[in-house]
Amino acid sequence: MALSFQEARHLLARTGFGGNPVEINQLTTMDRQAAVDSLLAGVGQQTVTSPPQEVLSAMPPPQGMKGMSFEQKKAFRQERNDEALALKGWWYQELLATPSPLTERLTLFWHNHFTSSYKKVKWPALLYRQNVLLRRHTAGSFSELLFQVAKDPAMILYLDTQTNRKDHPNENFARELFELFTLGEGHYRENDIKEAARAFTGWHVALRHGGGFVFNRHQHDGGVKRVLGETGMFGGDDVLSIVLDHPACAAYVTTKLWREFVSDQPDLHEVERLADLFRTSGYHIKPLLRALFMSPQFWAPENRGILVKSPVELIVGTIRIFQLPTRETEVLAKYGRRLGQDLFDPPNVKGWPGGTRWITSTTLLNRWQLLQRSLRGTELGMHPHQGTMIDMAHGSAWITEESLDTVQTVLTAVPPVSPLPDTADRWRAVQQLVMDPVYQLK
Amino acid sequence: MTRRELLRLSATFPFILLMHPHPRRLFAAPVQGMPQPRWDRVLMLIELNGGNDGLNTLIPYGDERYYQARPRVAIPRERVLQLNEKVGLHYSLEPLMPLWREQELAWVQGVGYANPNRSHFRSIEIWETGSDSEQILDEGWLARLFEASPPPPDFTADGIVLGRRDAGPLSGKTVRTVALEDPQQFLTQASHVPAIEQTSSNRALAHILQVQRELTHAAGDLTRRLEQSSSLQTSFPASPIGRQLQTAAQLLSAKVPVAVIKVSIGSFDTHANQLNHHERLLKELAEGIVAFRHAVEQAGQWDSVLIMTYSEFGRRVGENASTGTDHGTAAPHLLLGGMVKGGLYGTAPSLADLQEGDLRHHIDYRSLYRTVITNWWGLPAIMLGKQDFPAIDCLA
Repeated sequence: MALSFQEARHLLARTGFGGNPVEINQLTTMDRQAAVDSLLAGVGQQTVTSPPQEVLSAMPPPQGMKGMSFEQKKAFRQERNDEALALKGWWYQELLATPSPLTERLTLFWHNHFTSSYKKVKWPALLYRQNVLLRRHTAGSFSELLFQVAKDPAMILYLDTQTNRKDHPNENFARELFELFTLGEGHYRENDIKEAARAFTGWHVALRHGGGFVFNRHQHDGGVKRVLGETGMFGGDDVLSIVLDHPACAAYVTTKLWREFVSDQPDLHEVERLADLFRTSGYHIKPLLRALFMSPQFWAPENRGILVKSPVELIVGTIRIFQLPTRETEVLAKYGRRLGQDLFDPPNVKGWPGGTRWITSTTLLNRWQLLQRSLRGTELGMHPHQGTMIDMAHGSAWITEESLDTVQTVLTAVPPVSPLPDTADRWRAVQQLVMDPVYQLK
Repeated sequence: MTRRELLRLSATFPFILLMHPHPRRLFAAPVQGMPQPRWDRVLMLIELNGGNDGLNTLIPYGDERYYQARPRVAIPRERVLQLNEKVGLHYSLEPLMPLWREQELAWVQGVGYANPNRSHFRSIEIWETGSDSEQILDEGWLARLFEASPPPPDFTADGIVLGRRDAGPLSGKTVRTVALEDPQQFLTQASHVPAIEQTSSNRALAHILQVQRELTHAAGDLTRRLEQSSSLQTSFPASPIGRQLQTAAQLLSAKVPVAVIKVSIGSFDTHANQLNHHERLLKELAEGIVAFRHAVEQAGQWDSVLIMTYSEFGRRVGENASTGTDHGTAAPHLLLGGMVKGGLYGTAPSLADLQEGDLRHHIDYRSLYRTVITNWWGLPAIMLGKQDFPAIDCLA
């Protein structure tokens, strides 16, 4: 059965950044399976834009920074800060330009799962490389992604594997591996962390020699470890394999994906079914996503409009749906930060808590201010002379061409809190819908 | 002291009864229910985000084991600000020493909980909800307290959260919490937001509507009060915590009616190169507190404020290979204010009797909450459950 307009709208809102009537109508010719498959088929590994060259190349000089004066160090740090902002701005470019919003939603998901922050890592180039890594496996193999992330230089710096040495293990990575990346609380003991940390000793980054992963066998503890009931002279990869064999891993990741795409109250029974499939498929992400997007709960009318848009979803979704002209995406990165989501700088290793936690009195006001200004055309880095709100002739002609009902359906997942007045002024109606609390929902 | 005053006092401070040599005589007077809640009193919570290293804050400098466990991370004896022959403060806390001498600063030692959890997220959740180690509670301890004993409805808000951390103990379904990163900006923006009455069965929408209601209410109230108050004469340090404490002092001097103000500083998660980083954080904290105290005292409010710190855990006794310390357990916390009886409370955890390399706690963190609930506000502490977490006798 072909998708209804409402269903197609829901699919685009939940797997991307929403869609305009043209995009929605493209899906109403398909049934659920075909629509889901077409979105999954569009997921790519490459970006359509690329960050400024200087972001990709800057690494510590081989001689280190010891010889630098205070001013030189300060200037050096400022350069990195500028690059970090350019990197953040670049991701918004990609978010706006991508032909596959689902690719970005998945990459954002993994960025919030395998977190690393510029504040701690300090090298924008390494964060970019991590982003490329997340994209390479974004709908591929979770186990491959895990093996790669554990050796990812930004991750090694972020969770202190860099200083994890034979004589002094640092537990930071081992702890988060269990707690946040694979199993969740309650499936391991403190001692598993201590033992696993030993297995990752010597996993370092050659910071002054290109910034790649190196295995320093002199700092590696080759002794016997006991992790999650298994005993052996484990290295880091062995520990990752043990964790992947643990029955809790698939359910943990599946639950997190459920919260991202379906609802904040996972259906335990259905999660179990999906997790089984995830595990037996060898941790392939795409079949899991297909099953998740085909689950009855994903489509249930009562599950529509019950998730809060993240700052990135709000900003990118608004620009995309109204085809707002943007000039500098670094401005968007700064706005994201004000709304509580500073890309490449999650607040801590658990990432952004999301859900209703996105909305506080401060962030709600900032969201409304951003929306109001962007509809007026005074924000989002636009040229002032373009400041005539929405360019009705270009891309967003649907606002006047479609019925008022359709406009409302496109913009809001559930009926607005304040019913629309019976007005012929389409512009006023749009503005009211965007400023309504339900516009914050997806 | 009249009989009525004595009654009120003994009911507000139950420990007076316990400590009095002739408790019988005091008990003889009829105590009718709970005393009036002291909603004129404010709790200022300072979250030391990331897990503050208690051993390098209140330092057991008299114990050689401290120096053995931390060859590179220990604070040298000669730099410790000695409080007695055993413990002393990190040198960055020098600005607090006058408050210590005036006996307004209480250190409660060895605060933690049984079966400590070393995950940041879980442990801060335990602290912020007031749960046991294995118990999951959905709402913050202050949210649960205010559900049972709501602050007056005409309050600007139950809690005001400054800084970038979330509401923590102030998050819950009925608690009225307002986050105020920048008060002026908040007021300007909020003046455009319509007041609404609706609610919704959609949880996410209900949350947004609740936030909208709280912010329109708080904004109206704040505007009125800040307009009528004069600006602060005290200069504050430019650090993030300094700015938050400045805002807090502005609110207090404008007599904004609120039960709790929460500020935060961090990150104290000093896994690597701890010394410089910790030194800076403690310095910012101490300088901020001293400015705050000055401003609030100028406004005549110092006796109505109780400052209390909290953090998810202390740090491990032994240093790690990165000149830092990993996640640990018990730690000291400070209480500070015009009504605080300064001094050291509890005993410092022994460095000779560790549990898997970590300090054993002596005081459950909920004793701090009990102190605030019953001795500061005069409220029943039923929400802390059946276990006995005695209040600490540190308030005058």
